[in-house]
Amino acid sequence: MSDHVSTVHTDEQTTTTTTTSSTAPADAESEGDSDAPTVTNGAEAVVAALRNAGVEHLFGVQGGAIMPVYDALYAERGLTHVTMAHEQGAAHAADAYGQLTGEPGVCMATSGPGATNLTTGLADADMDSDPVIALTGQVPTGLVGHDAFQETDTVGVTRPVTKSNYFADDSETVGDVVGEAYALAREGRPGPTLVDLPKDVTNGETDSVPGDPTLPEYHDIPQTAEGSAVEEAARALSGATRPLILSGGGVVKGNASEELREFALEHRIPVVTTMPGIGSFPEDHELALEWAGMHGTGYANMAISHCDCLLAIGTRFDDRLTGGIETFAPEAEIIHVDIDPSEISKNVHADYPLVGDAARVIEQLQAAMGEEPSAHQWREQCQTWKEAYPMTYATPEDEPLKPQFVVEAMDELTPDDAIVTTGVGQHQMWAAQYWTYTRPNAWISSHGLGTMGYGLPAAIGAKVAAPDRDVVCFDGDGSLLMTIEELSVAVREGLDITVIVLNNEAIGMVRQWQDAFFGQRRMASEYPWGPDFATLAEAFGAKGFTVREYENVPDTLEAAREYDGPSVVDAFIDPEENVYPMVSSGGNNAEFALSEDQL
Amino acid sequence: MSQGLDGPRPEARETPEGRRSPQGIRLDPKNGAEHEPRRTVISALVQHEPGVLSKVSGLVSRRQFNIESLTVGSTTNPETARITLVIEESTPGIRQVETQLEKLLPVISVRELNNDAVRRELVVLKVHGEKPDEVHAITEMYGGTILDAGPRTISVEITGDEQKIDDAIDAFAQFDIREIARTGQTALARGEEWTTHAEEERYERTTTVPNE
Ligand SMILES: Cc1ncc(C[n+]2csc(CCOP(=O)(O)OP(=O)(O)O)c2C)c(N)n1
Repeated sequence: MSDHVSTVHTDEQTTTTTTTSSTAPADAESEGDSDAPTVTNGAEAVVAALRNAGVEHLFGVQGGAIMPVYDALYAERGLTHVTMAHEQGAAHAADAYGQLTGEPGVCMATSGPGATNLTTGLADADMDSDPVIALTGQVPTGLVGHDAFQETDTVGVTRPVTKSNYFADDSETVGDVVGEAYALAREGRPGPTLVDLPKDVTNGETDSVPGDPTLPEYHDIPQTAEGSAVEEAARALSGATRPLILSGGGVVKGNASEELREFALEHRIPVVTTMPGIGSFPEDHELALEWAGMHGTGYANMAISHCDCLLAIGTRFDDRLTGGIETFAPEAEIIHVDIDPSEISKNVHADYPLVGDAARVIEQLQAAMGEEPSAHQWREQCQTWKEAYPMTYATPEDEPLKPQFVVEAMDELTPDDAIVTTGVGQHQMWAAQYWTYTRPNAWISSHGLGTMGYGLPAAIGAKVAAPDRDVVCFDGDGSLLMTIEELSVAVREGLDITVIVLNNEAIGMVRQWQDAFFGQRRMASEYPWGPDFATLAEAFGAKGFTVREYENVPDTLEAAREYDGPSVVDAFIDPEENVYPMVSSGGNNAEFALSEDQL
Repeated sequence: MSQGLDGPRPEARETPEGRRSPQGIRLDPKNGAEHEPRRTVISALVQHEPGVLSKVSGLVSRRQFNIESLTVGSTTNPETARITLVIEESTPGIRQVETQLEKLLPVISVRELNNDAVRRELVVLKVHGEKPDEVHAITEMYGGTILDAGPRTISVEITGDEQKIDDAIDAFAQFDIREIARTGQTALARGEEWTTHAEEERYERTTTVPNE
């Protein structure tokens, strides 16, 4: 805050303090029947700001520097705090919660280690543009810079992994700062924000009640794209003979799935998605080619390599999607729709940049579209690829259980609106490939950062956000070990989630790469020493299951699903099973390998 | 064992012939070829608040922008400051610098200045004091000022565009330069043009509502 602003507030403070003291008794009496909120210190202003924003849940861990804020929450009935076992868990839970509700998930931590533990989760939210707001305690302002107990330069540490962050230095304005951070996390391209709260600021006296969340000045968010640019893009798309839509995470975040589906169907344009875009277009539709990229389907990668016009919406052209830039959609004119102007031509040149909100720009394109592209042959070609590269796998009885089978079996048992969360590794890819996603926000995963341990805390956040939906976490034995402490939270809160460990007694994705690229030298990747997850689950107070045979899979999964509370199914799968198709890093998408000898 | 999946092997597939440049630009005659880097000046009007400089410099290093110099200074408005960056990037790289800067909260407005912008840099250099007359003559030649002259050292200030400063440094080299400090370039748009859009707006705001 500039000097000018604080001077103004200091003046206000003087005036308001005088008024309050003279009318104090009246205020106290009328408190019961009047709804006008009052606050007495910075911490209460923080809580008032959250209440104004409509926050219902918070995820966090207590600690010295954040205690005033927790104290202000003590008497607060409208806000439910979910105590997590680790701050990373709090950030991931808030991240999943934010994705599902469309409102920033709130996480809290104390200064120093609390804040640094949150950082992984913030970096994850930043990479995946998930709305999250973090509130961290900080040592009193007088001690900042003196290496005080549990002092970390949280604003400095988190600057590169947040959309914006704030050091609140004034009790008078702290509530409004929280409101601004909240608004910023949600608006435009979502992302994590953080407010660092020194203890003297939260303890400091103030009666300044924060207003509603307001966006900072000068940050206009573009809604619609320029008309002439839309017309040119529509002309390019209408004139294409091999048109393709690439639907990214921005379509899910921008609630544009409905508009996208109508557009694709009306103009009969095939659709591939990115991984974060999974579910933005129903995978069971005949125009769906599912997701493209490193482990995407063969048909999606063929289509993206051969299209002549690519309508890419809400994607940042991550390298796991594009493979080598030189060979990415090399013959396509690219129409790039994004709400963030800095994404335009960052990784792949946009021939037709359209900056704006996904749903609005699709509507604009819809209005500007002339004829449907004459793509009859192209659609047939896409169908031919679908038949040529089926995602089928064998299930020989005499061999260990295939993970793909477990994923499909659970998909069959659960309703369409079930939510899947994952850790990071092979299991994540199988969960993405073999579950059929038909709606947005059913797939919740860690894409950009690839954070092992995301799955369980994300499942907790998801269940809190959507208590009526089934929540299934597919996890790896390695990933689950990183955040299994959060099972205690699911037990305490009685959250009915099902964790399915696709247990290959290895950090399998690393093992797969060692076999393919490091002469099978399996250094530090085999985990035969892992715990018995079923027993461990029981120790936490959850229900534990173990399954090894095909015939027991459906019943075991059903029993776990039926169990009213958190359950863990330890499914021992073929430890040598690998994920295919696979485009090697920086490789050509059209040259995806279907087995190891093709890499 | 992992069986893998069925389907034609990579060699048996039709692969497209086209290619993109390393910047992701389709190599097609109508698009032109590679983008050569060029040196340009970016001016940013920012909120005058703690942390703004570290936000801007953090962005530059994190995104590996090729930067020649960065200067900051106050403006007529106590709430704002101006940051001037000299960068060497291709045109898409320059657009990245602008759009990424604009996302930073304290950044109000960003613009790439035209070639005709007025730009200046200042250098203070300290040479050995043995030949005061000659130092004086060269200083005059570059329209500079002697800031301090003692028996052993002479400090000189020269102001000008980058080329002039470089030339002056070469000319003073004969006296053995002991130390040097350069400010980096600062610049304004030429003539009536506003340096950033926000300044234009701000000016209009203050002139259209003078006595309310
Ligand atoms: C926090 C973190 N550490 C390391 C990695 C590198 N990594 C990527 S996938 C993977 C293997 C994950 O193993 P597991 O969770 O058992 O899943 P699997 O691949 O066996 O299905 C590792 C170690 C990572 N993504 N995240």
